[in-house]
Amino acid sequence: MNALTPNPAPTTISERLGATGTANALELRGVSKFFGALAAMEDVSLTVRPGERRAVLGSNGAGKTTLFNCVTGDFPSTTGTIRFFGEDITAFPPQERIRRGLRRTYQISLLFTGLTVLDNIYLSCTGVSRSRFSFLRPRQDDALVASAENLVRVVHLEDVRDTKVEELSYGQQRQLEIAMALAGAPRFILFDEPAAGLSPAERSELIEILMGLPGHMGFIIIEHDMDVALRVAESVTMMHNGRIFKEGKPAEIEEDEEVQALYLGDGSHSHG
Amino acid sequence: MAVVDTNTGLQPTWVERIPAPYYVLGLLLLIMPAIAGDFVLNDIFGRTFYTGIIALSLMFLAGYGGMVSLVQMSIAGVGGYMVAIFGVSAIETISLGWPWYVNIPMALAVAVIFGTLAGWLAVRTEGIYTIMITLAIAAAFFYFTRQNYVIFNGFSGFNGVLPPSLFGVQWQQAVPFYYLTLFWAVLCFLAVLYVSRAPFGLALQGIRDNPRRMAALGFNVTGHRVAAYSFAALLAGLGGILQTWNLSQISPGTAGIGPVIDVLVIAVIGGLRHPIGPFIGAFIFVLLETFAIDALIAVGLSGDRFQLLIGVGFLVIVFWSPDGILGLWDKFKDSRNRDPLLDRGGEAP
Repeated sequence: MNALTPNPAPTTISERLGATGTANALELRGVSKFFGALAAMEDVSLTVRPGERRAVLGSNGAGKTTLFNCVTGDFPSTTGTIRFFGEDITAFPPQERIRRGLRRTYQISLLFTGLTVLDNIYLSCTGVSRSRFSFLRPRQDDALVASAENLVRVVHLEDVRDTKVEELSYGQQRQLEIAMALAGAPRFILFDEPAAGLSPAERSELIEILMGLPGHMGFIIIEHDMDVALRVAESVTMMHNGRIFKEGKPAEIEEDEEVQALYLGDGSHSHG
Repeated sequence: MAVVDTNTGLQPTWVERIPAPYYVLGLLLLIMPAIAGDFVLNDIFGRTFYTGIIALSLMFLAGYGGMVSLVQMSIAGVGGYMVAIFGVSAIETISLGWPWYVNIPMALAVAVIFGTLAGWLAVRTEGIYTIMITLAIAAAFFYFTRQNYVIFNGFSGFNGVLPPSLFGVQWQQAVPFYYLTLFWAVLCFLAVLYVSRAPFGLALQGIRDNPRRMAALGFNVTGHRVAAYSFAALLAGLGGILQTWNLSQISPGTAGIGPVIDVLVIAVIGGLRHPIGPFIGAFIFVLLETFAIDALIAVGLSGDRFQLLIGVGFLVIVFWSPDGILGLWDKFKDSRNRDPLLDRGGEAP
């Protein structure tokens, strides 16, 4: 997969200490993704510190979701290396990356519509636990059930706890997506347009949930809504045509002329 | 009903929650030997139960896992062959004559290994290709057993394969065999029902609906599917052993292409959504296979056309209710609960 850029042996002390927690939460080096001859993402290098909250902005087709797919392994990258808390995860299948504390939400809700809210979250909790192969039903005092119950409260879905997901409103389904990403002690989360299609009230509730996440839990958020993105993020990465175009603080990005010309000026921030 | 059921408060016990008709059915099955003759017990109910178990293994894979496996009858065949080879049969040159407590676990173990290997190959495919690859394995198994004389005794297979005489009971006799198959059928049914709501079964249903999302939750989709094949193989192997004891013989034809397809027909006729479906399907199939001949002769047709009746029945059911008899039953209940004036409702109160 990444035969073109073999992983260099660790040389510096900090690189050798990589896995001990001093490393960056996420580190991409020269990551590209080709679909045939089409480059969905080209030569992307990105570093996110532990606990950092980063927004990735860009117009449609800029390669934002492709970036997420490469990081989580939904679609493996064509070239480059991806390190997660110092560990090279480039060749790992998705479930191995998830078990190391990486989570994501999807732009279009991928939920188990025939199951209840609590069951969906319970599934997310078992996925990263040893009991995922268990043939025994959970007991009343099961720790995973308790943590699933807790997550229901975190995303304010107590009222629909036992409702089938297909009966939920769109906004509630988005909240459930977030709860599923929070299951099983994540270290880093990728949010793919969590605010898309939400009402203003639901948006402020979403911001409240994101701001309420524990400090060590870093995330990247893809968002068309600048208000949401710039309120929850401390740094911003702009993407354009599959490449990283600019990085900086929210204020710098907002005032950057090139950014305004490319992204803010064309009105594309108003949709979503 | 939710898997995670943490509602507290006063609730009826599980004994109270079972509807009355189920108790009636249970009682009826228990006292059946008092009202039915040996033929009905052995050739109708005994056959229904073990055929139902084999079809149940397909229902588990197809209904919960979305994997239509045509290899289940072959796994049953492996189970049957292994009790004949490890245990006692009339073919003394091949049969090893091991005692039942070694023979039966070994037979089940080989069936599970075979099922796991078949699953390991099949889970890399989806939809029609799963059907094709499992059918190919089933066909290979049929021809292999027919041509191999060293282990499988070729065309004639094994005869004189009888259940062990435990507790001084001749288990091959009609009444003991009825209770033996009833016991295992109920146990397998309850096991599948239980597992379907345990983390393993829940995850399997998640994988059926959305494998990519399950991987993104940390599940090993391939591993989970293979494990489902192993569990299904245990059921199928058990059904195969019971069948071999019932017929007291096993030959390549037991797991030929015809029986392989029959298992699918049975599961689909009954319904793939609930573990009771395969048993309903098996009961209908066995009734048709047993009595269609008389019915056909009565109307002046050749008796060996009973497959035609099954085929037509299959067509009608698949056409009118893709969920089998269970689906028809749901439609019936739905229409009974419907408000005739407002044309609304349908949900059970």
